[in-house]
Formats: sequence, C-alpha cells, structure tokens
Amino acid sequence: MQINDNLEKSEFKPLIVAFCCNWCSYAGADLAGTGRLAYPADVKIIRVPCSCRVNPMFILKAFERGADGVIICGCHPGDCHYSTGNYYARRRMTLLFSMLDYLGIERGRTRVEWVSAAEGQKFSLVMNDFSKQIHQLGENKKLGDIRCKKQQD
Amino acid sequence: MQKTAGLIKKRALELLDDGTVTRVLAWSRSEDFIYEVSPTFFDKGNIDKMIYDSFCAANLSKYLIRACKEQTEGKILAVLKPCDTYSFNQLLCEHRIDREKIYVLAVPCTGMIDNDKLKKAGFSGVTKVIDKGDSLDVFTPDGSRSVAKKDVLLEKCLCCKGSEPMAYDEKIETDSKPFETQDRFACVEKLEKMTPDERFAFWQGELSKCIRCNACRNVCPACSCMKCVFDNPGSGVASKANSDSFEEKLFHIIRAFHVAGRCTDCGECSRVCPQGIPLHLLNRKFIKDIDDIYGEYQAGRDPASRAPLVDYRSEDAEPSIVEERGN
Repeated sequence: MQINDNLEKSEFKPLIVAFCCNWCSYAGADLAGTGRLAYPADVKIIRVPCSCRVNPMFILKAFERGADGVIICGCHPGDCHYSTGNYYARRRMTLLFSMLDYLGIERGRTRVEWVSAAEGQKFSLVMNDFSKQIHQLGENKKLGDIRCKKQQD
Repeated sequence: MQKTAGLIKKRALELLDDGTVTRVLAWSRSEDFIYEVSPTFFDKGNIDKMIYDSFCAANLSKYLIRACKEQTEGKILAVLKPCDTYSFNQLLCEHRIDREKIYVLAVPCTGMIDNDKLKKAGFSGVTKVIDKGDSLDVFTPDGSRSVAKKDVLLEKCLCCKGSEPMAYDEKIETDSKPFETQDRFACVEKLEKMTPDERFAFWQGELSKCIRCNACRNVCPACSCMKCVFDNPGSGVASKANSDSFEEKLFHIIRAFHVAGRCTDCGECSRVCPQGIPLHLLNRKFIKDIDDIYGEYQAGRDPASRAPLVDYRSEDAEPSIVEERGN
C-alpha cells in the first residue's frame, strides 16, 4: 500500500520499451547518440535482429513487467536487411494493436515506426513524441501484473 | 437426420468391406446421456455404435493428425460435416495430415444443438430429439415440447458457412434445406462500438471466468503444434490457473493470435469452453480485421492459398491505421 502512495505523490515517470532492429533503428539510435540529439531517458532500447523477431508475447510481457508504452522500430518497408521481415512485422503488429484496442487497452500505448540508420534525428523526434504521448496517457493500469509492479519498486 | 445416419453407416460398412478403408472416424454416444457424444474410431466390430444426429457437433479434422501418423496401410474414412471440411483443408494446406491416407465422406448437416442453450431453455434430462426442420421436438422425462431451432443451435451453426463441403471423396446428399444465417461479424461490431472502458470491462468479466483448462487450445484444429508455448515450463504460464487478470488476457490474446489467418471460424473453442467464454469473438475480430485491411480471406476454402499472416504486400496499411480509423 505504501508503495502505491509514493507513486501517487511522486511525478509519473513512464517506462517505455523500444524494440529496435539491429540493422536500421538501432544504428539510428546510435547516430542520435553520436549526434548529441536528446531523447527521453524513459526509453529503454532492446535490440532485436529484425522487427519481425518481435513476437506478440514480447510486447505483452513488456506491459506485464511494468512498461507504459511499447514501440517497435524497424527498417523502412523495402529496406529490410532480410528483404521482407518488416513486411511481416507490419501485418502482425497491425492485427495485434487492433486486438489490444478491441480488449479496451488505450490506443497509443503501442506504436510502430520505421527509422533508418541515417535517421538519428527522426529517432530522437519519434521517441520524444512517443514519450509525450505516454505521459498524457498516464500509467498503464489495464495490462500490468500487480506482482511485477511491487517487485519493481 | 435418421435417414442420413443410416446412409452413412451403410456406406461406411461397404467401404470397410471392400477394403477401401481400414477404420472409420465418426461419433459415438455414451450410454448415460444423449448429449455425451465423442469422436471415435470404428472398425467392423463396433460400427453399429456409430451415430449421426444433431449432437454430433465435434469437428473431427484434428483427430486425423495423429491418426495419419499411426496409419501404416489403408485409409481412414473421415466423416466430415461441411464446416469440418474447412478445417480439413487448412490442415492439408499446413501439411499436418496426409491426403493419401484419408477418404473423406462429406455428410449434410442441419445444424447442431448447443447443450447449454437446451438447458437454459428449460430442458433437463433430454432423452430424445426429433429434427422437424425449423423446430425440434425435445423429449424429456416430463414429456415432450417443441422448440425453435434458432434458439438452441450452436453459435457456429447460426453463422453457418454453407452446406457445400470444401473437400470430399464422396458426398452423401439429402434434401435438407439450408436455414437462415446471421451476420457473423454483427457481434464483433457491437463490441467495437462500445467505448474502450466498456470493452475492457466486458472482457475483464468474460476472461476472468477462465480456469485455464486449455480445452479451447486442445480442441482447435488450427492449434496443432506438437510443442506449445503454453506448455513451456519457463514461460511462467504453463499448465496452471491464471494468477491475475494479466495472465488471462495474455493466454487469450496469444491463443487467438497464433491461429489468426488460419482460423476457419469452426467455433469449437466457444463450444467446448466449460465456462461459456465467447472465444469466437476474439477469433472473429482477427478475421474481420484481415478482411477489412488485407482483403477477404476464408481459411480452408482454397488449400492452395497463402494465409494472410505469412503473406504481405508492399502497399499494406501501416499499423497506425488502428488509431486512425476511429471507433
């Protein structure tokens, strides 16, 4: 109970999980870093070989462990390192996001963005924008696991 | 129905006698209850126990996966209703069953009874049911009463995909007339029109009934992996009851997602759910989205087609469509 009281008093700090593909978006994040472009510290990047490596279970598990938003970044359609991976990811994520919406989870907690290795600036812009959106939506209460929340604090 | 059952039994016996098939996959009834019908393999010894009536709702296609592996010589006679042939086609398409080992006998269907609806309509201890076309005469120890068919049919039958079988070696024809069907997406649209909070409350209420018996997974013809993610002891959600509302959602989202694009909407998941969770609403949402966004697709209609989730087009919609399309 105490933990929750503290949460209410302190300012809401979201946790955002970003799945970035190894070949484009992760390099894009790197470029943002070397270019000294700021993006919020709320964003925790997980590197995946390709955006299509992201299993719907990963996204749900991220929410379970206390994420307030999940963003998947991959190469632009047509530029996938493995030729077609992001096309499959696009279909899967569209259907998954639609299903989350159908279950009543707020839209906007999930997003897919295409960020190339040359788009450090886009990476920073996207992350700032997404973080702002999650700040507005507030804490993820609908998809969390209570036990995980306690452990985290 | 009784006439059809006789025809099926006669034909099955002929095929067993001339050696075309070595065993028959159909339904049998327990001695205790009329609604206790189980899929069963028959040979010449027990073929007289074979039945076919309005309680034979079980989709037999999934049983063929294991049966094909066990079958060393000869064929299996599979008695399939029109909607079962969709699942049969889908399994063929995924190379889960061997067409060479199966002889499909397509049988006509006039709708299957939902035992729960029968109970809700006030019938208990049903001893006999006579199909009268639009209505059923239900016999109980208290006497007999007539009930409209649409009130006691299974959800999947109310949204029947049609009386034409998609795959067969031989067809049994009768003069059964098709009945009126409902729009299968109407229930999905109703939910979509609710506010997110209403939807959340609805699903919270439904999914919290789940006891994780895994019946929906085990009966589903599309859910046919030998190793399931939900049996993985490392997953934390294996073979145990859901411990909180998140696990309920996790199981049902992933279950529906794993069959998305391959689900033929055979409705077995909702039928077997002991808690009466409307699981078909999850599957139909995926089917509706696929139809809306990627073009109409009916799994199991054409065994040569590619399932939507293992296919793509460069001009596919972006995932942001979910946010943009509004309520």
